[in-house]
Amino acid sequence: MADLHFELVTPDRQVMSDDVHMVVVPGVEGDSGIMAGHAPYMTTLKNGELAVYRSAGTQPERIAVTGGFAEVSDRGLTVLAESAGE
Amino acid sequence: MASLKALKGRIASVKSTQKITKALNMVAAAKLRRATQRAQAGRPYAERLTGVVGSIASRVAPGPQSPKLLTGTGRDDTHLIVLATGDRGLAGAFNSNIVRAARRKADDLVQQGKTVLFYIVGRKGRPVIQRVYPKAIIAQHDTTEMKAPSYADAQAIATDLIDRYTTDGIDVVHLAFANFRSTLVQEPVVEQIIPVRPPAQDAGQPANASLAAVEYEPDEEEILADLLPRNITIQIYRALLENQAGFYGSQMTAMDNATRNAGDMINRLSIQYNRQRQAVITTELIEIISGAEAL
Repeated sequence: MADLHFELVTPDRQVMSDDVHMVVVPGVEGDSGIMAGHAPYMTTLKNGELAVYRSAGTQPERIAVTGGFAEVSDRGLTVLAESAGE
Repeated sequence: MASLKALKGRIASVKSTQKITKALNMVAAAKLRRATQRAQAGRPYAERLTGVVGSIASRVAPGPQSPKLLTGTGRDDTHLIVLATGDRGLAGAFNSNIVRAARRKADDLVQQGKTVLFYIVGRKGRPVIQRVYPKAIIAQHDTTEMKAPSYADAQAIATDLIDRYTTDGIDVVHLAFANFRSTLVQEPVVEQIIPVRPPAQDAGQPANASLAAVEYEPDEEEILADLLPRNITIQIYRALLENQAGFYGSQMTAMDNATRNAGDMINRLSIQYNRQRQAVITTELIEIISGAEAL
């Protein structure tokens, strides 16, 4: 399966721009795992952790985000967060 | 003709001015690099957010319930111009270019019979506006203590702005700042930030069709309510960053020119000084020789 293009952007910098397997985003109405080929989707995030799975079955990379917003389109997943720290 | 002593004094004074401009040039160059990086790092976020807001905005049908920040108050009478300039001078025409752009916009609006108000960010915008539109300044945000613009600063301005927007009967908000193109080029712009202008799209375009399938969580309205204030904050943040970079770029160029001009002036004055010194020596010699001959 093709990888998901994932971008994490804050006002200060582009934190990550990579092709990954799956990202779990902490949506306001529950966490959701986003993989490649996800339907167009848009949600605001609660303050929490993103879990980035580089490939299937590996340990996720966790990134704390606050004040975020996620958008899935045919270009991949874009997370816009006010701040992000690892 | 100036005396030797006066010339010497002028050379010394131009030299010390040159030292200052040279130092300022180097300081600006050092700061410019960081400011440019920050301005460029801030661009992707601002662009994406504008894109997202634009796409949702074009989807939500304007109605009485839709947020004011998106659709406006329905009127077009009172305009607020947020004028973001630098805090210091010695940067060539940087500040006055922004002020001029804002003034042109204000003059246009006044001619159309609108009321224009100003919200000043940065120290250098105030004097001119106060002279031309003495009663129009409603508030000022002091940025003199600010070394580099932070997101929190932008947030403070945005919150204040949104408060005023909802309570003071303002219909449209514009933001005037300078886009940082390069060290040599800063382009003053006046952008409308409230209400949000959806990007122009022809009805029935495939772009709209694909948007229709987007799943929103919670729903569009709630996302918008969260997104719109953030969008304004980020617009202001971007303006501050672009201004900062532009300011140092402009200052560097201006100080470079000033240093060069001071150099030219020193050369000219030195030549004049030497010529005059020789003339004095020649006169003295003639006096001595003619004195000796007379004996």
